[in-house]
Amino acid sequence: MTTTSLTLPLTALEWRLPSRGRVGMYALIAAEAAIFTIFVVAYLFYIGKSLSGPMPRDILAPPFFYTVCLLSSSLTIHFAGKALRRGNVRSFGAGWALTITLGALFLYGTASEWHRLIYRDGLTISTNLFGTTYYSVVGLHGFHVVVGLLGLTTVMAFTLFGAVKQEHTERIEVLSLYWHFVDVVWIVVFTVVYVIGR
Amino acid sequence: MSTDALALPRTELASRPIVARLHDWVTTVDHKRLGILYIIYALVFLLIAGIEATVIRIQLIRPHNDFVSPPVFNRMFTMHGTTMIFFVVMPVLFGFANYLIPLMIGARDMAFPRLNAFSFWMTTFGGLLLYFSLVGANGLYGAGNAPDVGWFAYAPLTSRTFSVGHSTDFWTLALLVSGFGSIGTAINIVATVLCMRCPGMTLAKMPLFAWLNLVMAGLVILAVSPLTAAQIMLLIDRYLGGHFFDTQAGGSAVIWMHFFWIFGHPEVYVLVLPAFAFVSEIIPVFSRKPIFGYSVMVGATVAIGFISMSVWAHHMFTVGMGANVNTFFVLSTMAIAVPTGIKIFNWLATMWGGKIEFKTPMLFCIAFLFQFLAAGLTGVMLSVAPFTWHLGNSYFVVAHFHYVIVGGILFALFGAFYYWFPKMSGKMYSETLGRLHFWLFFIGFHLTFDFMHIPGLLGMPRRIYTYEPGRGWDTWNFIVTIGVFFQAAGILVFLGNLLWSYFRGKAAGSDPWDAWTLEWSTNSPPPAYNFASIPVIKSRRPLWDLKHPADPDWKYE
Repeated sequence: MTTTSLTLPLTALEWRLPSRGRVGMYALIAAEAAIFTIFVVAYLFYIGKSLSGPMPRDILAPPFFYTVCLLSSSLTIHFAGKALRRGNVRSFGAGWALTITLGALFLYGTASEWHRLIYRDGLTISTNLFGTTYYSVVGLHGFHVVVGLLGLTTVMAFTLFGAVKQEHTERIEVLSLYWHFVDVVWIVVFTVVYVIGR
Repeated sequence: MSTDALALPRTELASRPIVARLHDWVTTVDHKRLGILYIIYALVFLLIAGIEATVIRIQLIRPHNDFVSPPVFNRMFTMHGTTMIFFVVMPVLFGFANYLIPLMIGARDMAFPRLNAFSFWMTTFGGLLLYFSLVGANGLYGAGNAPDVGWFAYAPLTSRTFSVGHSTDFWTLALLVSGFGSIGTAINIVATVLCMRCPGMTLAKMPLFAWLNLVMAGLVILAVSPLTAAQIMLLIDRYLGGHFFDTQAGGSAVIWMHFFWIFGHPEVYVLVLPAFAFVSEIIPVFSRKPIFGYSVMVGATVAIGFISMSVWAHHMFTVGMGANVNTFFVLSTMAIAVPTGIKIFNWLATMWGGKIEFKTPMLFCIAFLFQFLAAGLTGVMLSVAPFTWHLGNSYFVVAHFHYVIVGGILFALFGAFYYWFPKMSGKMYSETLGRLHFWLFFIGFHLTFDFMHIPGLLGMPRRIYTYEPGRGWDTWNFIVTIGVFFQAAGILVFLGNLLWSYFRGKAAGSDPWDAWTLEWSTNSPPPAYNFASIPVIKSRRPLWDLKHPADPDWKYE
């Protein structure tokens, strides 16, 4: 028996499969979501269980401005992708750069909040349960923002060197999925840490 | 065979210097080579963890034995459990999935070949890291080296206070690193099955092997990630002074149990679904009938996947979770027996009226059916919370889960080894040695694990390094240990068979079993590109269609 004889005549069979990039990214997002779920559950479980201060009510203030920054970066990356789909590389680059700026601004917000918590309020990861869970959840999210920014910056560098073209839309959109995920996670973290947790 | 010309480059390869050939293996991104690397890696760790099991059993052969000291005994059962689950069974199942899925769905490789190589090496380094603890973990004199906190590492035993030195750090880092590898492989399997199928292979026409591994990969994604999260928390506790599992600061030891078993129970199904996958491919071929109830098998698999995410706390009935929580987990655990039972009936119905050929793979699969059934029945017994109150943490539980993992998963795995060995090596194994392996291992398995239930029922707790004489445990423990030697002899015959057949075996040809799935349509071993041209299929049994053009399957599906 030959391998070639297995090729049966193909009669008007339209064969389309989902993009492996997208499926792979969705699977990664599912795994990441499971990790975040465990951390968020731990945060919720430990609300109010700290034996000593400082308590969240006394020292936490919701970072509204930086939240708006991060969430609006989802819009900018979306429009950047649409621009690339149309073949407009210049406005893609502009939207992409704006996304990076907003993401970096958010990270600055987290950094300054942590600086204030550590040096003014004396809250570190080992101070009490609140410190442990707070820095873990926010830090895990911040780590994902950093990874996302590294990815975005790599694409930015390629864009500046003129290597990103319309045919890369699919890959760019796969990367955007990750960024949207990071933003959605922040909505959950914000709700849990700054709304329910206070 | 028109494809014999493909054999030519192989002889050229063989004449290359050994360093170049090794370099090819280390840098490979080919799914078949990575699959074989996974399998060989797992076999090495199988030997190591098997030796650890033997040490445990020799220590327990008679009361007041002093073969090993209590601390060494603790290290042995911890390393045995951790190694067997994470560095034997998972890698070997990933190896088979890697090797077979692209061949079965008519693809040339996995969806992400480089991610595949990355995942393999992460798993490898995880295993090496665990065993590097033997030399690297002795941070404090007398603090011990290898991890000794049990494979589920309950808090507060893992805290700095009770686990000085670095042995627990090696344990948690090894699982973290290999966990990243597992998640990478799972993502790869999902993307491969969904996006790489050959034309005509709709989801309803996939081999069951691909279906079961798809669900397995989904479970890995959802179950190993919580373990990763828990390991990060443990690292934060141990290195940054966090309080996740620190009861002195308001933390909870029970929440570690929850997080571990949210991983731990789906993990059982991660391990058993690929075993189901092997059986679902082997039984039809050796019964000369198509699988009975394909769509029901798929449905039962997906149902198992869903239910398995909600049964974890049946590991914690003795903790005292309250009546409502206990009731929920009793019912969900009983519910999962239903789809599993459906599968067993489907396999039996496949064999019913078939022309059964009792070749070695089929022997292992038939033993699997009955042993897995028995393992499931003790599982249903243990799902009753009051029953677990009496027998939790006893040798009854140990016997139950070894019945699942050895009697179920390992037997199916041996069947898979014999069934696909001709495809992977191009050589036929020795049927005589295969049968010898089966009977030795079968006898050893039943001596060990049938009789292990009894000291459990008589109250012998697990993880004790010795026991008093005259409690009625002595004879049972003696029989249990004798069984281990039969199993060890079986394993040696198995490894000898693999080696002997690889070097001296007869050429197997591309389709020694007259089978029906696509991997048998290409050479043995398959060329690097798998298929000269991508196949197009019309039914679940493309090779049947090819061999019986007058009566193809697609007329009836």
